[in-house]
Amino acid sequence: MKKDGKKQIWSEYQKEIADDHFFYVRSCIRQSFFPGSEQFFLHFMRNVLGKDVFENPSHTTCTGIGYHGDIVPFSTIMTVVARHFALMKESGYKNIAISCVTSFGIYTEIIETWKHFPQELEKTREYLLKATGREFDIPENMAHTSDIIYKFRDEIAKMAKHTLINAETGEPLKVVEHIGCHYSKMFPRSGIGGAEFPHVLSGLIEAWGGEVIDYPERRHCCGFGFRQYLVQANRGYSISNTVKKFESMEPYKPDLVLTNCPGCNMFMDKWQYTVREMDGSVYGANGESIPVLTYEELAGLVMGYNPWDLGLQYHMVQSEPLLRKMGVEYDEKDKYRTKAGKQMPLPQNLLNA
Amino acid sequence: MLIISLNLMESYYDLLMQDVRFEEGLKACMNCGVCTAICPAAEFYHYDPRKIADTVQSKDNDKIISLLKSEEIWYCGECMSCKLRCPRGNTPGLVIMALRTLSQKLGYFTESEKGRQQLAIKRTIGENIFKYGYCVAAYAVNPEMHPEQGPVWNYIIEHSKEVYERLGGRIDELGAGPLRKIDEGAKEELKKIFDVTGGTDFFNTIEAHSRKKASEMGLQFDNNGIDNEYFVEVFTANNNTHTA
Repeated sequence: MKKDGKKQIWSEYQKEIADDHFFYVRSCIRQSFFPGSEQFFLHFMRNVLGKDVFENPSHTTCTGIGYHGDIVPFSTIMTVVARHFALMKESGYKNIAISCVTSFGIYTEIIETWKHFPQELEKTREYLLKATGREFDIPENMAHTSDIIYKFRDEIAKMAKHTLINAETGEPLKVVEHIGCHYSKMFPRSGIGGAEFPHVLSGLIEAWGGEVIDYPERRHCCGFGFRQYLVQANRGYSISNTVKKFESMEPYKPDLVLTNCPGCNMFMDKWQYTVREMDGSVYGANGESIPVLTYEELAGLVMGYNPWDLGLQYHMVQSEPLLRKMGVEYDEKDKYRTKAGKQMPLPQNLLNA
Repeated sequence: MLIISLNLMESYYDLLMQDVRFEEGLKACMNCGVCTAICPAAEFYHYDPRKIADTVQSKDNDKIISLLKSEEIWYCGECMSCKLRCPRGNTPGLVIMALRTLSQKLGYFTESEKGRQQLAIKRTIGENIFKYGYCVAAYAVNPEMHPEQGPVWNYIIEHSKEVYERLGGRIDELGAGPLRKIDEGAKEELKKIFDVTGGTDFFNTIEAHSRKKASEMGLQFDNNGIDNEYFVEVFTANNNTHTA
């Protein structure tokens, strides 16, 4: 095979990720369910790498869950996102770092729409000016925060206190990665490796010593489906699609599921509980459930951070089986303590507990 | 309220074409069915995105009006897997979004069980946007409405101050940080954006048609909140005819 040709093809799947000076936008779901993840990301970027990451407290929801729940019109969400761009411009930033795959997909869709339909961009400028008096620029560089962790994956590997190698057997840990539909299925060029060869999470797993599991339903949706979860009557759709994925990955005995999207993380964690309650099914080896971690949580573990400061105890599936395999030392007594060190009651009936 | 009066000679296809997502999402469907093969909704529901695209491109007013009143346009999960695989560059998921928007503008959404659920989404996610500045916030995810979140969620809600404090959260506090309180000025700007762009009208349209439907169904309807018969009905009703 001509290597030049291959290189050229692969170049289409590369993505330029800014090196510094990020305007950081939080995720409704990640900050609610995995706030330790966002805080680790900021700590890593600012205090470990010394990067400039700015957060404007006036940043709000992008309204993306409402948009994909079909209650927020397209003109409205375009203008809400334009306001975020205005906050970025006013703060003097040109690179945006997005903590949510739904938001990332929406920002990408909106910018693509403005390219194809310039009149929509002009209309949005008028709407924003009229509603808020603000003006905006389109970001020069747009990254999902996992893109940024990917960019610095080798630096993390160099600082690693633990790798994705089974401390007892010396074998690589088997990791399922789930990148989330809206990361690159809609606009493949926006994601590292596109939609055909997504590398944003598998690159982390490889850099940190693990083995990526390829399984038949690897690219299937986690089952969120927006209205198919938001409305109680529809949740059969959501759980059925999650079950399809877990049944497909089960024979490969994964040690960990690593996710890109906070919503996917929540569903793949919580639905394991629900399915076990419904029919007793568990999908990990040895009758255990499979821990589901965000990329920030995994990066934190690799770098030797206290798993209870990352928030792993607040998943439904407890992570101790993974911690033991990685050789992470943890203090059981510290697990449910307050910031001031006061003992809290212990939650009951968690998985793997 | 947003009122659309449809001239009898006007084409529903032309109305759909006013939505840039429709123009972008449907060029020419050759009925290969790849979208249906990849679609998570098609596996679960009586749903066939190929058929939707074919019906819409027929430009047949009667068929399109049936779609706008149907259950099936509400089955898609908007994962957009179809966009990636269509050999013609169509996106049935975007066609669905345009159909859902038009169905609500015309008030047809209340004709189907799944369509009526739009009130539930408006009263939960929609209201959260104005109340908190977030679509989803920890304190707005009620464990009683979300039993699937499991006992850990009950625990987090019961001990939210301590749990989030350890993880860097700032519930009820202004300033940067996770779960921070969004300042009133920012929420006011969100409200004005909704007013200027038609978002507020769209919410009011969902409310008005839902109120009318509740009356037809003989169900109690309150103008606010989730503690009324119609909300409970649309949030939980399942006539078990939807799945394959």
